Amino acid sequence: MTYEELLIETALADERIIVMTAENRALVRNAPKVLGSRFVDTGITEQTLVGMAAGLALRGRIPIIHALAPFLTMRAFEFIRTDVGIAHLPVKLSGYIPGLLSDGNGPTHQSIEDVAIMRGIPGMEVYCPADEDDLVRSLPAIWSSDAPAYVRINHKKGEYTHASFERGRAEVVAEGTDVTILVYGYLFGNALKAQRILQQEGLSVGLVNMRSLKPVDEAEIIRAAKRSRMLVTIEDHLLTGGLYSIVAEVLLKYGVTVRTLPLALEERWFKPGLLTEVLETEGFTPEKIAGKIYSSSNLLYAE
Amino acid sequence: MINTKLVELQSTALRVREHIIRMSAGGGCFIGASLSCVELMVYLYKDFLRHGLGKESPDLRRDYLFLSKGHDVPALYGTFAELGFLDPRRLGNHLSTADSIYWHPNRAIPGVEFHSGSLGHLPAVAAGVALDCRLRGGDNRIVVITGDGELNEGSVWETVLVANAQKLDNLTLVVDRNQFQANVRTEELVPLEPLADKFRAFGCNVRRIDGHDFSQLEEAFRGLPVASGAGGMNVIIADTVRGKGLPSIEARADRWFCAFTAAEVEQLLQELHGRKEVVIESETLVVR
Repeated sequence: MTYEELLIETALADERIIVMTAENRALVRNAPKVLGSRFVDTGITEQTLVGMAAGLALRGRIPIIHALAPFLTMRAFEFIRTDVGIAHLPVKLSGYIPGLLSDGNGPTHQSIEDVAIMRGIPGMEVYCPADEDDLVRSLPAIWSSDAPAYVRINHKKGEYTHASFERGRAEVVAEGTDVTILVYGYLFGNALKAQRILQQEGLSVGLVNMRSLKPVDEAEIIRAAKRSRMLVTIEDHLLTGGLYSIVAEVLLKYGVTVRTLPLALEERWFKPGLLTEVLETEGFTPEKIAGKIYSSSNLLYAE
Repeated sequence: MINTKLVELQSTALRVREHIIRMSAGGGCFIGASLSCVELMVYLYKDFLRHGLGKESPDLRRDYLFLSKGHDVPALYGTFAELGFLDPRRLGNHLSTADSIYWHPNRAIPGVEFHSGSLGHLPAVAAGVALDCRLRGGDNRIVVITGDGELNEGSVWETVLVANAQKLDNLTLVVDRNQFQANVRTEELVPLEPLADKFRAFGCNVRRIDGHDFSQLEEAFRGLPVASGAGGMNVIIADTVRGKGLPSIEARADRWFCAFTAAEVEQLLQELHGRKEVVIESETLVVR
């Protein structure tokens, strides 16, 4: 099932749902003719989109709103924080082409701080599915809750069949005693391949799909920290405010110390290009991820 | 408008102004912007809106008022108090953390449809409510009050474009045109005139009235076209005076936010009732 099929099915079954977009129709091409007046395209107006969604939610609707992730989360940030956040309204934000998925668009379109800024809003939930399968397993629970939620839409097909989704719970793909990789979003697929490479090299490597970044699965982070000698966080997001920060906060909160290798974008935008090239350049191919983890784990054992 | 009704509205407006003046003590309030929209607020709640005040559960068929220019919330609370929907003693809790009454609208106060404070937000929120009312086939009226300085915000004009694209003719935007933004005259900073032409050029149905004249307010609101989902949104430009009712502070750029002493409040109340010429030049005036 695709995102759009699920969206239309859900909207047809629930009159409260209004599908909105700020003229980003990539994911909702068929919605206008099926949903009629419950499909609203406000034009290139992210602020008005979010403000109107808040107004609709005040009247009992559940707006599911679409825009490119950087414009939704940053152009309309104050509307999200002030109108949706303060009132804690069930507006569901679907951010399209987040992180590396903006491939050739360039830095204007790179949403690599969205996790940081969205999780900074009190009551706002943040979800980052690994692929289309994970996405469609996650959305029913996200859309049916009373909370405002930001979803880093990742509609790319993956090769992994995910476990059922629960808000606030991570998906443990594998357990390992040497290293545990914590990952979310599009890089899950390459992290999984990297994990297999490292296993072949004789390391015991765990892999956790974080999926729900807020609420986050604190217990699973602590379990991973206690189970393995090293953690790795992988994210197509700035180092600041994303998963690495979340893990640091959780470990500090529980007084747990473990060496943690962050693989993220450090204090810069990534070089735009075809996604395959970007992965290579930014060091996010399975081989490069495995290499970095392998070197780092060697250092660990040398200590 | 018949005379007895006019007298009653005017008398309510006078008492609302008293509340506003009292709220300018003990920490102060945005007195100028509050005094300019008193007639508007009193007219809408006493005569026009089928509001949800005093109802146990909110009625989806009610009319809505959104106060986008948040600073004028003393006028709203003063009106609620005069209509019997807010205990007037609570106005004395202004700025106490033990209550919920502060410088901007708070949904914790029954009757406040939405919070505001950041300018240029509530036209969009009101448009969302207007859209839902239309989807449900309701005949609700949705009114949103903005300041004139607030029209500097691009989001207002963005929403006007969208509201007209969606033909939200059940939505009425009222501009409290008191000629001032925070510190200076609007026309000296970011000129708005010809304002009616601007809204018309965007596709709005525009009227311009004296915002202190109850008869004109009645004519403008009762004259709003029946919403059919085919027209543009309505705009009423209400020409007003900042600080209206207190000649000593009327239309003065430095009377935006004022924190008066208890003694000054007494003087201003005298001035409001025309008993005494009062010119307050004290340093206790806080201009933020």
